[in-house]
Amino acid sequence: MSARLTITKTPKCYVGGAFIRSESGRVFELKDQKGEFFANVPLCSRKDLRNAVEAAAKAGPGWAKRTAFNRGQILYRVAEMIESRVEEMAEALMLGGATKVEATKEVVAAVDRIVHYAGWTDKYEAMLGSVNPVASAHFNFTVTEPMGIIGVLAPDERPLLALVSLILPAITSGNCVVALASEARPYPAILLGEMLAVSDLPGGVVNLLTGKRAELVPTFATHEHLRAISGVVNAEQRKALRLGAAESVKRVRLGKAEEAVDWEAETMQGLEEIRALVECKTTWHPVGG
Amino acid sequence: MIMARASNKTNPARELVFGDLWEYDAAPETADPKLKKRYDLFINGQFVAPKKGKYFATINPGNEVKIADIALGDAADVDAACKAAQKAFTTVWGPMPGKERGKYLYRIARLLQDHAREFAVAETMDGGKPIKESRDFDIPMAAAHFFYHAGWADKLEYLAPGRQVAPYGVVGQVIPWNFPLLMLAWKIAPALAAGNCVVLKPAETTSLTALKFGEICQEAGLPPGVVNIVSGAGETGAAVINHPLTSKVAFTGSTEVGKLIMRSLAGTEKKMTLELGGKAANIVFEDAPLDQAVEGIINGIFFNQGHVCCAGSRLLVQESVAGEVLARLKRRLATLRVGDPLDKNTDIGAINSKEQLLKITELVKGGVAEGAEMHQSECRLPAKGFYFRPTLFAKVSMSHRIAREEIFGPVLSILTFRTLEEAVEKANNTPYGLSAGVWTDKGSKILKMSTLLKAGVVWANTYNKFDPASPFGGYKESGFGREGGKQGLMDYCKVG
Repeated sequence: MSARLTITKTPKCYVGGAFIRSESGRVFELKDQKGEFFANVPLCSRKDLRNAVEAAAKAGPGWAKRTAFNRGQILYRVAEMIESRVEEMAEALMLGGATKVEATKEVVAAVDRIVHYAGWTDKYEAMLGSVNPVASAHFNFTVTEPMGIIGVLAPDERPLLALVSLILPAITSGNCVVALASEARPYPAILLGEMLAVSDLPGGVVNLLTGKRAELVPTFATHEHLRAISGVVNAEQRKALRLGAAESVKRVRLGKAEEAVDWEAETMQGLEEIRALVECKTTWHPVGG
Repeated sequence: MIMARASNKTNPARELVFGDLWEYDAAPETADPKLKKRYDLFINGQFVAPKKGKYFATINPGNEVKIADIALGDAADVDAACKAAQKAFTTVWGPMPGKERGKYLYRIARLLQDHAREFAVAETMDGGKPIKESRDFDIPMAAAHFFYHAGWADKLEYLAPGRQVAPYGVVGQVIPWNFPLLMLAWKIAPALAAGNCVVLKPAETTSLTALKFGEICQEAGLPPGVVNIVSGAGETGAAVINHPLTSKVAFTGSTEVGKLIMRSLAGTEKKMTLELGGKAANIVFEDAPLDQAVEGIINGIFFNQGHVCCAGSRLLVQESVAGEVLARLKRRLATLRVGDPLDKNTDIGAINSKEQLLKITELVKGGVAEGAEMHQSECRLPAKGFYFRPTLFAKVSMSHRIAREEIFGPVLSILTFRTLEEAVEKANNTPYGLSAGVWTDKGSKILKMSTLLKAGVVWANTYNKFDPASPFGGYKESGFGREGGKQGLMDYCKVG
C-alpha cells in the first residue's frame, strides 16, 4: 500500500465572509523556510480591492449598529478562535522566518491585543465623547461615530501582530476594514481569515487581501469609499497615499516602515488608536419646553 | 363670531413692513476703533516692517473706502516668524508650567473684553459684518475662547489618561475672512493652552483685528515669539504651511484650498487639522414650531451675510408645510434691514469683497438659469460698497448648482421632502458634512436624525450656535479635526 498523499491547502483570501481567489486568476508563489514551494497565494488586483470595499460597504451599517456589548463579545470570540490554534498560527509565522519562540510570542501577543480591544468596545465612548457645558439652554453632547471603511496596509515586520494591531482599533468602534497583508509574509493573514470565518464576526467587516503593495497603493489612495487609511508603509508610499487622500479629504494615519516599531508596546494599543479612526459629532439638543 | 373668523382668514392683516414707508434714523456705532494708518507684521513681540517693504490696502467693503495699509509678508518674513516661534517654544513657552501659561491666556481674554467695542468696530469696518454681530457675537466669543482654554493649560494630563501629552512646537495657522478675530481665537487659544507657539496668517481682506491682537499680546506681556502674525496673500499662507519649522498646521477655509494643502504636505509628516466648506441641510419637519423655525432658517442663512462655512444653505422642508414656510420666509425676508454694517439696526451688512460678490452673483444667475424660482428682498442697497439682496430660491432640485456648491453668501435654496428617510438621503447627498439643522417638536426624532446625519455638528431647533466648550468640525470633505472642547484641544497635543 502506498503512503497517503497529504492534501495541500489552496490559500484563499477572506472577503465578504467568503474565500476568494483573485478575479484576475493571478497567484504568487510562497516558499517555506527551506526555500521550497509552499503554496500559491492570490495576487489580488485593483478590482479585487474594489470588490472588497463593496463587501465592506454592505457589512458596515449592520456592524456599526451592533451594540457595543455585542461587538465586545464577538471580538472576544475572535481571540478564542486564535488561542485554540496558536500552534498552527505560529507555524504560519515560522514560514516567514520567525523562530518557534518568536512566532509563538507573536501569536499570543496578537490574541492578547484582540482581548484588549474586546474590552474597549463599550468603554471608549465614555472616554472620547463628552457632555459639553455650553452657555445656553442646550443639552450639548459629543459622541463618536465610526468613519466607515478603513483601508489597512500591514507591514512585513510582525505580519500577524501588526495586522491585528491595525485592524482591531478600527473594528472596535464599528468601522469595517479592507486590509492588505504583508507582501513578503502573507500566509498568517490567510490563516487569520480562516479563523475570523469561524468567529462570530459578520462577513465583510474584515476583508483580507494578499498581493503586491505597489500595485494596490494607488487604489487604496484614491478609492473614495475608503474614508481613512491606516498602515505602516515606506516614504514613497506615504506620499502617494496622502496625495490620493487629498482628492476626497480622506483621513490618513501612517507609520514609517523604515523605522523599527515595537508592536508589543503598550502604547501601540488603546484609546488613541481608536480615536484616530472615529469622527466626533456634536448635537445641540434644546432643553425645556 | 364664526363670520368674523372667516373674514379674518380671507383678509389677513397687512404686513408691518417698515422698510421704505417709515425709515429708521441712522444709528451708527461711533466708538473709536483706534486704528493706525499702517500695520506692520507682528513678529517676536514687535511690529516690524516686511523685509521687502511691501504693503497692500485694506478697504471697508461697506463703502469701499481705504482703511489702512497692511504689511505684505513673504517667505523671508514667515521664516523670521517661525524662528521666533521656535525660539520662544524652546526657551520660554515650552518649559513654562501650565498654570503660568494659563494666566497669560486669562489676561488676553480680559484685555479683549476691555477693548471689545474697539475691536467690534474694527471688525465691522474691515469685514463688512453688521456691528450687532461683531459686538454681540464675534468679539465676546473670541474672548470666551481664550477664557475657556486658559483653564485647560494646567490640566492637559486629563486629556489622555494613561498617556503623555506634549505640544507640537510651532504651529502654522491660516484663517479665513468670515470671522477674522473669532477664527484667530479658535486657532491661537487651544494652541497656546497646549504649550505650542504659533505663526498665524490672517485672511488678505481682514488682517486688521489680527494685527490689533498683536497689540493685545504686547499689553498682556506675552513673551515675544509665542504669537506671531504675518499678514499677506495666498503665498504668505503657503509659506506658513510649508515652513519646515511648523510641525503642525491648522487651516480654515475652502475645501479647494484644503485639498491643495493636503497635496503640498503629502511628502511631509506634518500633522494637520482642516476646517473646510459646507453645504448644510436645515431640515424642517411638519411638527416643528414654525415661527421659531423661520427665525432659525433666516439666522441659519443670513447670519454674517451667509459667509459661514456651516450656513444652513439648503432648506429641506417637509412637503405638507412647504407652502406655509415659504410664505413666512418671504414675509420675514421683506423686513430684513440690509445696509451700513456700522448701523446698529442693520441685519445684513456688506459682502466681504468684490470678488466674493461676483461669485455670489454668478451662482445666483445660474440658479435662475437652471429654473429655480427666485425671491429677493426689495430693499434699497447703499450706492457704494458690496451688497447683495437676501435671496431665496424655491423649487430647487438636488442637481442644481445652487443646491450643490457652497455659495458663501445670503442665498437659500429650498427643497422639499416627504419622509424622514428622504430628508436624510437628501441631507447626506453631498461631499460635505460640516453641520445640519433639525426642526421638530419631538425629542426622539431629534436624536434619530442626529444619529443618521453625516455631519460634525447637528443643531436642533436652533442654528449657528457656538461655544468654546462645544467641538466644531466636519465629516467627509468638510475637513478633519475639531475646534473647541477637549476634542479640539487634543488636536494640538502629541500623545506619546
